[in-house]
Amino acid sequence: MIRQLAKSIREYKAASIATPILVAGEVVMECIIPFVIAILINEIKAGCSIDVILKYGIILVVMAALSLLFGAWAGSTCATASCGLAKNLRKDIFYSIQSYSFENIDKFMTSSLVTRMTTDVTNVQTAYMMLIRMAIRAPLMLVFAFIMAFVMGGKMAWIFLVVVPILAAGLAAVIYKVRPLFKKVFKKYDALNQSVQENIKGMRVVKSFVREDYEQKKFNHAAEDVCADFTKAERILALNNPLLQFCIYAVMVFVLSFGSYTIVTSRGMDLDVGQLSSLLTYSFMMLSSLMMLSMVFALITLAGESAKRIAEVLSEKSTLSNPENPVREVEDGSISFEHVNFKYSKNAKRMVLQDINLDIRSGETIGIIGGTGSSKSSLIQLISRLYDVTDGSIKVGGRDVREYDLESLRNQVAVVLQKNILFSGTIKENLRWGNKEATDEEMIQACKMSCADEFVSQFPDGYDTYIEQGGANVSGGQKQRLCIARALLKKPKILILDDSTSAVDTKTDAKIRKAMAEYIPSTTKIIIAQRTSSVENADRIIVMDGGKIANVGTHAELLKSSSIYREIYISQNKESKESENIE
Amino acid sequence: MNKQQSTTIRRLFKTILGFYPVMLPVTIFCIIFNAAVSSLPSIFMQNIIATLETSWQSGDWNAVSGKILNLVLILTIFYLLSLIAGFIFNQLMAIITQGTLKKMREEMFNGMQRLPIKYFDTNNHGDIMSYYTNDIDTLRQMVSQSFPQLLVSGITVFTVFCIMIYYCAWLTLVVVLGVICMTAIIKKVGGGSAKFFFRQQNALGKLEGFVEEMMNGQKVIKVFCHEEESKVDFDKLNDALFEESEKANRYANILAPILNNIGNVLYVLVAITGGVLLLAQVPNISLSGLPIGISIVVPFLNMTKQFAGNIGQVSHQINAVVMGMAGTQRIFNLMDQQPEQDNGYVTLVNAIEGPNGIQESEKRTGVWAWKHPHQADGSVTYTKLTGDVRLFDVDFSYEEGKTVLHNVSLYAKPGQKVAFVGSTGAGKTTITNLLNRFYDIADGKIRYDNININKIRKSDLRRALGVVLQDTNLFTGTVMDNIRYGKLEATDEECIAAAKLAGADDFITRLPNGYETMLTENGANLSQGQRQLLSIARAAVADPPVMILDEATSSIDTRTEAIVQRGMDALMEGRTVFVIAHRLSTVKNSDVIIVLDHGRIIERGNHEELLAQKGQYYQLYTGAFELE
Repeated sequence: MIRQLAKSIREYKAASIATPILVAGEVVMECIIPFVIAILINEIKAGCSIDVILKYGIILVVMAALSLLFGAWAGSTCATASCGLAKNLRKDIFYSIQSYSFENIDKFMTSSLVTRMTTDVTNVQTAYMMLIRMAIRAPLMLVFAFIMAFVMGGKMAWIFLVVVPILAAGLAAVIYKVRPLFKKVFKKYDALNQSVQENIKGMRVVKSFVREDYEQKKFNHAAEDVCADFTKAERILALNNPLLQFCIYAVMVFVLSFGSYTIVTSRGMDLDVGQLSSLLTYSFMMLSSLMMLSMVFALITLAGESAKRIAEVLSEKSTLSNPENPVREVEDGSISFEHVNFKYSKNAKRMVLQDINLDIRSGETIGIIGGTGSSKSSLIQLISRLYDVTDGSIKVGGRDVREYDLESLRNQVAVVLQKNILFSGTIKENLRWGNKEATDEEMIQACKMSCADEFVSQFPDGYDTYIEQGGANVSGGQKQRLCIARALLKKPKILILDDSTSAVDTKTDAKIRKAMAEYIPSTTKIIIAQRTSSVENADRIIVMDGGKIANVGTHAELLKSSSIYREIYISQNKESKESENIE
Repeated sequence: MNKQQSTTIRRLFKTILGFYPVMLPVTIFCIIFNAAVSSLPSIFMQNIIATLETSWQSGDWNAVSGKILNLVLILTIFYLLSLIAGFIFNQLMAIITQGTLKKMREEMFNGMQRLPIKYFDTNNHGDIMSYYTNDIDTLRQMVSQSFPQLLVSGITVFTVFCIMIYYCAWLTLVVVLGVICMTAIIKKVGGGSAKFFFRQQNALGKLEGFVEEMMNGQKVIKVFCHEEESKVDFDKLNDALFEESEKANRYANILAPILNNIGNVLYVLVAITGGVLLLAQVPNISLSGLPIGISIVVPFLNMTKQFAGNIGQVSHQINAVVMGMAGTQRIFNLMDQQPEQDNGYVTLVNAIEGPNGIQESEKRTGVWAWKHPHQADGSVTYTKLTGDVRLFDVDFSYEEGKTVLHNVSLYAKPGQKVAFVGSTGAGKTTITNLLNRFYDIADGKIRYDNININKIRKSDLRRALGVVLQDTNLFTGTVMDNIRYGKLEATDEECIAAAKLAGADDFITRLPNGYETMLTENGANLSQGQRQLLSIARAAVADPPVMILDEATSSIDTRTEAIVQRGMDALMEGRTVFVIAHRLSTVKNSDVIIVLDHGRIIERGNHEELLAQKGQYYQLYTGAFELE
């Protein structure tokens, strides 16, 4: 996991390495300063001249300046390294998602991917910053201060060998106790926020059923629970501070009393006043660096979960890849399925498609119909290799789809997905997804075919109308028509419409189909629909049932031969028969 | 700090004091005591060193031991008291912080429940959510860390300053000069850091928006081989974010070493100045009147360190405080939102129909009546709840000046079905929003059982109106809980009966745990059709005389659709129904069809009448327009 994330450091390796080195420099300077001061104090006490004081003064100021330089430099490289890592992580996550196949995409929820790229990356960034700066600084400080304390205080420094382990053990115990508590309570906290979210979204339901009081009671109860757990954890954590203070106080009392004793009994030989003062400084440095270390440790463990979730995305390998010598030209729009079996994941027990055999001639119009779960969408998604078959093979233009360059194949096999989406941007920008170089005329032409031009030209800004995120400012039917136009602009050899006109009225639906038959006769067209009226005029209609092809034939043939088709037809035409009569 | 911020701070303090009138003052006292005591060692050090100075050459420990051990003993006692105070304040602070957060959350949530629907329609749901996550987090940071730290630093700086002046004004002057320098740098660097942090948040927001859109459309990206283009767009935003965050963090990161080393320089300067003063025998200016000696310079060095250290601590809290204040302000803003007003006084009561007309009943009778007290003569009249709804010349606008409904008049007698038909934005949903007073009409009247709905208590009005919305919202809980949402006191049998009526029983019993199956994330484990069936069952168990139905537009397969349709029909049976129709069969079976266009009723009548008119409805019906 760590190694996976470390790969994203790349160009920020220099900054990442420089930071701890610079920090080390800063720490060394900081530790020597009290030492020199101790010497200075003793010189002063001994009644030295102003020159000597100034000499030491200059040395000290230079050291402080160096420390500042190192420190500020480290701060700067640290910012570059950690922000750089965050940048590369975000980039790597995004890029690896771009390389995902449909199968990979199905595995992750959108919201969880967004969280990984924002909150989780920020957590890792903070932890990394801590790691290369504090995690070096604190132990170094501890060790240096310890050494210096021995150099200065001699025997006195043994006190630290007693106090430091006590503090370390205490801090470790607190973390050990508190970690599982926090893990538990964060889960509850998430659930609490989940319920808030539910309420915000479902406020109409809450108010319609007059459930405000009920929701309040529910929420307050959960909030109480979260609060109790948090308080428990925080109270344990709150032991840290008094513990540190206790240790500092203990050292103070010891150094002051035992130090005085040593000074007096040894007549200032073993210890003098200057050293006494420095010892106190070092003790403070040591203990506070321990405290810092425990904080860093806590932060890094908190970021562990985030790191795990990021690594999950990064290590996910696309289940589809380009062949070695890909074919870039698709001969024609013919499709053939040969003994195709398919399931979405290896572990799934049930095949979603079973033994599909099918030959579609180039230029043919095929209708597909069947209930939910009859695997209509699964069938067509195999054609442009959005998923790979489990067994058997699919040929497009006479070649196995796995031989093609993915991009070439998908450019020639255009799919209008069932759950389709427009992106924020103008209508033109959206249409250009189909073809970057499309001229205005081509766009209008495509929109005319998909009956989108009739409403787009009514907009005050026409084709420059801005589409809100998710296409929120156009109706469902308008969105579908624009999505069809976008696919038409690819000028594909095969066009697949997956229930793409469900929100379009029947008349427009018919008009679109007519236009396509007229303008792109040589394109193979596959139309999945709920309404039989949408497929009536197809050359052949495939009736799907439970992952198998139940029947194939023309409208008239199927009415006779297929009970499923007949049932669907009759149930839909009970209500539309009258309208036909009126017409 | 500007005026608004100081009001916020004062209000926050008052709020917490209101929550913990005893604990908070005790905590503050303990913090002050703890901080003051931790500044004292310098005095003892000065005394001890002064003692040592006079006697260290003698080598006679017994001569000085009494005095030194006495000092150490007093110091130890102070330390013990300080430790106790420290322990108490840390524990109390944990309790106060979490308790305050809990109470703030509750107040926010409870306040939110009272807000009008308009608030939720006009505010981004993500924004509302962030009150509970981001803003509460910044508040926690500020209350639990920044405030105590600022108080500790403030007290320490003050105490140390007093001790400094007590000993030597000259050296104090050196320290003060250093502090002025530090403050200037904090202002400059800290200000820069805050500015870039703000920009960083902006850049992050933009990136997040982009990523969300792309992730939602990932399959479309794949189908159009648009990966490279989206990478380019992403890189632009990602690089922008990097630049801002690098600057923000750089400023924040270098502040600490700068302050730290100014502290070091100050430390050196104090040592040198002390030495010079000592050598030059400059007369001391101090409150204590002690001459300058090594016993003053040494503790002074420690005090300098302490002083500078605490100022550094303050600088660490600046960002947290700035963000915490903004968050707290937003939380208070949410709490201050005007709750939904309700001046209704007509209430819904259980009733018995007796020979003397309708009487109020204590028990549940199945018969309901409106209890209408008349202010003029103090009398009370009862009207039976029947479900007669009438609109008279209703005008309405969401925003001033943009009228969306013009002169809408219509009626539904008990048991009648009224279907609304028209294109998006014609005003169908708006009318239903007015019936249960999610919004109040601008002009005209709406009467329910001949009572102006403005006089009816909102909760009772809504109890008398059932709603099945287009987008189903289910809550985390079991299937049974979700059905029971319609009527909390419903028995399991009643819920199952409602599920059967809706046609949901069939699929529920096939779920792994039947009615006890847990639903999460708005019933993510159910299909669209199944969710609709549950929401129908939920409305059925509430059993109101008037229903508002908003049919779903999403395409579900024919078989499920037929089941949903049957459920809807069963629910409509015997009730007054307003239906926003998307299915021709629903429309056809209605008693009245209202065709809306741009907020006006353009046609009305039953199916046959409207077809005969050959108007808009005829066109709709023959498929020349989209029905949505």
